[in-house]
Amino acid sequence: MRRVFSTQAIQTAIEKSLPDFEKVAGSSAVRTQESVRRQFARDESHFISPPPAVVLEPTNVEQVSKFMKICNDRGIPVVPFGTGTGLEGGSMSTLGGVCISTQQIIGEPQLREQDFVCSVKPSTTRIALNDAIKHSGLFFPVDPGADASVCGMVATSASGTNAIRYGTMKENVINLEVVLADGTILDTKGKGRCPRFAPFQLRFTKTCRKSSAGFNFTELFVGSEGTLGVITQATVKVHPRPQFFSAAVCAFSSVHQAASTVVEILQWSIPVARIELLDTVQVQASNAYSNLSLREAPTLFIEFHGSSEKEVADQTAAVEDICKSHEALDFDSGASPDKMANLWKARHNAYYAALALRKGARGFTTDVCVPISKLADVISETRADLDEHEILGTVVGHVGDGNFHVILPTIEEDKTEHRKIQSFSDRLVRRALAADGTCTGEHGIGLGKRKYLREELGENTIRLMHTVKKALDPKNILNPGKVLPEL
Amino acid sequence: MKILVGVKRVVDYAVKIRIMPDRSGVFTEGVQHSMNPFDEIALEEAVKLKEKKLATEVVAFSLGGPKSAEVLRTALAKGADKAIHVQVSDAEAGKLESFHVAKTLQKIVEQEKFDAVFLGKQAIDDDSSQTAPILAGLLDWPQALYASKVEDGGSGHMKVTREIDGGLDTVKVKVPFVLSADLRLNEPRYATLPNIMKAKKKPLKNIPITELGIDISPQTQTIEVTEPPVRQAGGFVEDVSALVAKLKEKGFVKA
Repeated sequence: MRRVFSTQAIQTAIEKSLPDFEKVAGSSAVRTQESVRRQFARDESHFISPPPAVVLEPTNVEQVSKFMKICNDRGIPVVPFGTGTGLEGGSMSTLGGVCISTQQIIGEPQLREQDFVCSVKPSTTRIALNDAIKHSGLFFPVDPGADASVCGMVATSASGTNAIRYGTMKENVINLEVVLADGTILDTKGKGRCPRFAPFQLRFTKTCRKSSAGFNFTELFVGSEGTLGVITQATVKVHPRPQFFSAAVCAFSSVHQAASTVVEILQWSIPVARIELLDTVQVQASNAYSNLSLREAPTLFIEFHGSSEKEVADQTAAVEDICKSHEALDFDSGASPDKMANLWKARHNAYYAALALRKGARGFTTDVCVPISKLADVISETRADLDEHEILGTVVGHVGDGNFHVILPTIEEDKTEHRKIQSFSDRLVRRALAADGTCTGEHGIGLGKRKYLREELGENTIRLMHTVKKALDPKNILNPGKVLPEL
Repeated sequence: MKILVGVKRVVDYAVKIRIMPDRSGVFTEGVQHSMNPFDEIALEEAVKLKEKKLATEVVAFSLGGPKSAEVLRTALAKGADKAIHVQVSDAEAGKLESFHVAKTLQKIVEQEKFDAVFLGKQAIDDDSSQTAPILAGLLDWPQALYASKVEDGGSGHMKVTREIDGGLDTVKVKVPFVLSADLRLNEPRYATLPNIMKAKKKPLKNIPITELGIDISPQTQTIEVTEPPVRQAGGFVEDVSALVAKLKEKGFVKA
């Protein structure tokens, strides 16, 4: 089903289409200047790609639809681009076609407080969303490192440090407005009519949180990384902000003890809000970077949320008992904002602390996820791999989900080192897959991880992916070359 | 110490401001509003002092149209014990100036006997930065403006560190006093749902401005409100001589 795109054919088709693009959204929305196109040539990954041939900046969903119709008619590849904070090359225009920047589709978040949902346009980032609703006592919990656009987070099925209690994007999307390859606009859960006219908006979408009606298209698009449609509005769940907090930090004699502690905490069903692991090398880095004096050992960072002081105190005490039964070396906890900030300093600065280990380095981050029962072994083996091959790297994990990242401070220009890191990453993925895990917990497949999908999902699932892709995008113009491995 | 905290309902800081076509002001209809960020900081400091047992009661105050009550409810959800809403019409609210607010605050302070008034250093819509100093003058109270730290000063005093152009200035003020909060004073807490629900039961007193006998006729007249000039596109030049020629042509360099 793969359509062969020739660079020349794409260029010609685009040149012919420029006046049509201008008719749709005005000449100021059609950007051909090289300096503009170069801004859309890369994301936060390590891939190099030519810039798109043209960047289109629609301001509403109808314009997106018209752009898609033109591109679909003429077989022009289209890559949607949000905040460009992806880590796997998902928004890079590797075939140099059209890049649709979604960031000019502007609108204020529409909060329905009593329904605990909020609808946002692509220009709304997660921090902007939380800012807009902060007066309501509600918050949007998914917090990946970057201040990504919420619709982009839907496309990559993003996750954050509190997924263990509040879920990832998969658990927090109610409805999506999507534009398909042929320009069709649809709402995955249906569209409702707006009861009264209000300026600047509004296609109110259905926001009831439960429904058994029809196929689950909402989750089909979550994590589709721009290959099945362009997301132009997302209706997400918002949660009550916790009233009370507590935090704890605990060092262990080994990663195994730390990981077993996590398993036990979950089995006691203590509803921790965050539980993160920093390995010894990361703790050393954080000590140096933030002027701390934590014991240089694998350390768990835990956060508790609750609706009363007693609730968080009880959770903290229960976890303290469990830690001590796993030969904890230190246990420190606190409930005041200052104490908590202090306790978590090492975790908050982990990424920069790791990079600071090496002057001039940029960060290469891996992202695998394994069943929690296998976590201790996989992390230990990974650490052994790093040591054996003398690769500088730290391990930081969302251990409650079995997900961990290796942060590798690397000098980009060093090709030998780059190859060494690629091999390490490859071994890591295969180790995770062998442990019944996945090659990507949070970051997505994008460009770099297509080669693992077949092994992870199996031939039949890959075929089904192609069947669905063909049905939604028969000409394969939506983000071609990403996510789906060749048949 | 009984603290009165002034809070103002302003257009939310994240909103893209649009000017009315008749240049009389900015669009406020249907636009997201919220509590002035510096007032949030002032309120947080007052609530923190109450939690440290240095204050006994925190009362939120607003002079504004009917919708100012929303901001007062938020203040109650964030820890204020009571609220006072001195109400004017929407049309009048648009023309209020710092002087009117200070006069109203003065009346309330004299009626209800407060020991301190905490205000934000300025409102983000008019940037006047006048209400606190005018009020201090009217009450003849000491003032601690642009506060970045507040501590107990002992024997009826408070020790306040202020951010000034040259650095930090620490003053000791005798209670009662006026304080204006600057950005780094604290990080305001979020209102949580249970606190929002509890706030619905806290007392919110509504006083029409006419009851206080304060003259709110404007002292200034806004002639026009316009956007800053649009940035003109630059131009490329081929080489240095062309650059010099252009500079001479535009009169930046003597020909």
